[in-house]
Amino acid sequence: MMFEVSNMSFALPEMFMLVMACVMLLVLAIRGEKGTNSIYVLSQLSLIATALIIYQSISSGGGLSFDGTYIKDTLSNVLKLAICLINVFVLLYASSYLKARSLFKGEFYVLALFSTLGMMIMASAYHFLILYLGLELMSLCLYAMVAMQRDSAVATEAAMKYFILGALASGMLLYGMSIIYGVTGSLAIADIAQVLQTQQIDKTVLSFGLVFLLIGIGFKLGAVPFHMWLPDVYHGAPTAMTLFIATAPKIAAFAMAIRLLVDGFGDSQAYWQDMAIMLSVLSMIIGNVVAIAQTNLKRMLAYSTISHVGFILLGVLSGTAQGYSAAMFYVLVYSLMSLGGFGMIILMSRQGFEADNIDDFKGLSQRSPWFALMMLILMFSMAGIPPLAGFYAKFAVINSVVEVGLVPIAIIAVVMSVIGAFYYLRLIKVMYFDKPSDQNALQAPKDMQIAISVNALLVLALGISPGALMAICTITFS
Amino acid sequence: MFSDFPLLSLIIWLPILGGIAVLINGDNNPWARPLSLLVSAATFVASLGLYVGFDNATYHMQFVEQVPWIASFDINYFVGIDGFSMPLIILTSFSTLLVVIAGWEVIKDRVSHYMAAFLIMEGLMIAVFSALDAILFYVFFEAMLIPLFLVIGIWGGPNRVYATIKFFLYTLFGSVFLLVALLYLRHVSGSFSILAFHDVSLSMAQQTLLFLAFLIAFAVKIPMWPVHTWLPDAHVEAPTGGSVILAAITLKIGGYGLLRFALPITPDASMALDWFVITLSLIAVVYIGLVALVQSDLKKLIAYSSIAHMGFVTLGLFIVFRIFANSATGSGAELAIEGAMVQMISHGFIAAAMFLSVGVLYDRMHTREISAYGGVINTMPVFGGFAVFFAMANAGLPGTSGFVGEFMVILAAFQADFWFAFLAATTLILGAAYTLWMIKRVMFGDVTNDQVAQLTDINQREFIMLASLAVIVLAIGLWPAPLTDVMHSSVEHLLTQISQSKL
Repeated sequence: MMFEVSNMSFALPEMFMLVMACVMLLVLAIRGEKGTNSIYVLSQLSLIATALIIYQSISSGGGLSFDGTYIKDTLSNVLKLAICLINVFVLLYASSYLKARSLFKGEFYVLALFSTLGMMIMASAYHFLILYLGLELMSLCLYAMVAMQRDSAVATEAAMKYFILGALASGMLLYGMSIIYGVTGSLAIADIAQVLQTQQIDKTVLSFGLVFLLIGIGFKLGAVPFHMWLPDVYHGAPTAMTLFIATAPKIAAFAMAIRLLVDGFGDSQAYWQDMAIMLSVLSMIIGNVVAIAQTNLKRMLAYSTISHVGFILLGVLSGTAQGYSAAMFYVLVYSLMSLGGFGMIILMSRQGFEADNIDDFKGLSQRSPWFALMMLILMFSMAGIPPLAGFYAKFAVINSVVEVGLVPIAIIAVVMSVIGAFYYLRLIKVMYFDKPSDQNALQAPKDMQIAISVNALLVLALGISPGALMAICTITFS
Repeated sequence: MFSDFPLLSLIIWLPILGGIAVLINGDNNPWARPLSLLVSAATFVASLGLYVGFDNATYHMQFVEQVPWIASFDINYFVGIDGFSMPLIILTSFSTLLVVIAGWEVIKDRVSHYMAAFLIMEGLMIAVFSALDAILFYVFFEAMLIPLFLVIGIWGGPNRVYATIKFFLYTLFGSVFLLVALLYLRHVSGSFSILAFHDVSLSMAQQTLLFLAFLIAFAVKIPMWPVHTWLPDAHVEAPTGGSVILAAITLKIGGYGLLRFALPITPDASMALDWFVITLSLIAVVYIGLVALVQSDLKKLIAYSSIAHMGFVTLGLFIVFRIFANSATGSGAELAIEGAMVQMISHGFIAAAMFLSVGVLYDRMHTREISAYGGVINTMPVFGGFAVFFAMANAGLPGTSGFVGEFMVILAAFQADFWFAFLAATTLILGAAYTLWMIKRVMFGDVTNDQVAQLTDINQREFIMLASLAVIVLAIGLWPAPLTDVMHSSVEHLLTQISQSKL
């Protein structure tokens, strides 16, 4: 019999998360509105406990389980750990925002945990259907979260857009999967990889299926030309939800890209590399150029996300272990920076006031020198200026494309990063060189202030010594 | 005696940590200024230790320290100095000391930020000059932009935001190509060590592309015509300290980069494209000299004069190929490179002095328009003496350091081509014209208005600042041997490197 009890342990973190989410649902059903605070605490504890379980299980080895549909390897361990830890910060930032807007509801945290569960499944799925289920679990929770602010027309519009385009993307992905199934006769990623190696199969149909897979991945990551939902959703959703969407789901989408393109079609790289180059180059160009024109900070960060996605794809398309680890390093650093960026918007906001315009940051260095410095670190890091983490992320992916001889693409990437530097500089200019128009002191709670300082200082620390994280990423793909 | 002690690291990290300490100290603390002075003075004294412990006889790197930094990227903390970098490091630590003194009473807004920015920048610039790992070099090269960006943007003039963003984007645009070039070289050589880059053999096509990347990166920094347009803007808007550091050090990083990267790594491409650099250099000398003549703003005039003077540096570096072609022995090549180096150091001191002098006037009158002045020497005789002396040095008067470098390059240029020398020598006329005409309008004549009539002469702080610079300018002018001796072995080594084809 294939099924062994010990294999269940590979999915232990997911099971724990599922149980905790159900417990929270029960608490919500019994205590109602009064239980919100305990649900918040419970969700944080579950995330931390899950992270501990994952950390504990790292040493116990890995491999395939559940009939080869689920995998536990370094990639899944590291990404799941990152997803949980990032979400601890996300929920912390979010609650200060939600409390100020009577959005502080237990449902948010239940949805957040289910969504996190979906991301963790995506990181471990080794079968098309499991991957798809993880993706849908994550996405459906996200749609609901965006729509939570029911009386806001903008948020509802954003949720509709997100839902329709997300469903379209899922459909594309599913279509691609079915074509691949038709060609290879299997849905398990390991089997597909083996079939591709050993048997002669129709390459035309294969690349046709790959196109749809890549469209699905492009949608979920937000790569041009499948990026149109991203600025609208980032802008329209309440900032706490934007924060959630902009961080951990990108890690999960990266996991999906690696599982499909590298684990599944690593040997057919020639068939998807050109498409990935197109996605990457277009994302870097459109993301950076259009971001310049934005006056809304959330929209600007949305376009900046698109350009970062282009850089992440740069590492993936190089098709080497070095490139994959560079992309992984990039996505981890990106989610940390994005966490800080949206966290700062929440920090600046207060009851009845959204600090999501660039002008709201005017003269921050005089209102609060410390947080201006934190934002300065985050922005210079996003621009890729050393000695901050964002520089090494760009450095690593550009290095990987130079190593495989794609120097022209490296040149496009660096030129685009200069264009990108402009809009990050503009924000720093607003904070440091302009006079404040608003003299109110920041009202964010202490725990949030500490968390965001830790967040930004982590970006600085990773910039001064990125070695340890990079070593982990290198081990993952060796 | 210094071999075991990490002196170089001390000089790099002392100002950076000191800067952070000043920053944490806060604005309301009366210790911000004395602490900055202490840190910068200690760094300067420590950097003199490099001179004392330096071995002139060898071209090998000295004070070398090498420890792994980011093992997964194969990046090492690898620093060391030779005859090119050592004088530039001392120039850096001295200039920062001057900047701290110059900002003592003048800067009233966010003092600790101001001082911290310059101290941190000092450490970063020294690290740029001593880095022997390509990525270490790049990291510091870029990181340097952040404090300078803030200095110009926060304490600058009315149009500071435009100037500082232009400065940042221009230099960033130049340097990203350097990053790709360095990554490519690592791909070819298997290491990020700059010394390993020197030994790697490259085809002509590879060399040409790498050379162009180096040229873009460093030409923007120097700056060479036609990518110089950020400099006048940045200089005009920057506070005095920012102008001093820009002119004295950051421009030198461009010249240093050509010496350290372009010439030894891509000698064949440098030879093939030397006409291009020489042309740009001569345009800088002649055309920018003429542009300087018509400026009505004091700082702009000095900024353009800086570009013209830096033209001599690039000229000196690239005429060596013509000299080699003309004579088998290559006599004169050494003179050219040493001339370029002396010109860099001397310009560092003279430009610093000129900008400090403008700062002295600006602090009193709050205008940089030449037409607002006239007859200043009547009310400020001591200052007038210094200003005239520095102007003479800027114009290349024999006996001052400004003469030595220019003269060496012009002399070497005769070995290369008569017309190069002829065009280069026009600077003696043009330089004298724009500098002395400016001095005549600002300093001499009758007192033109009430404001000038009420000027007070320089105080003790300003006197010490200007006097120390005057002594150095005079000393190098009269006896340049201590400066040229330290770089002799390194120059010879560089000439062997560039005379060997890498094809």
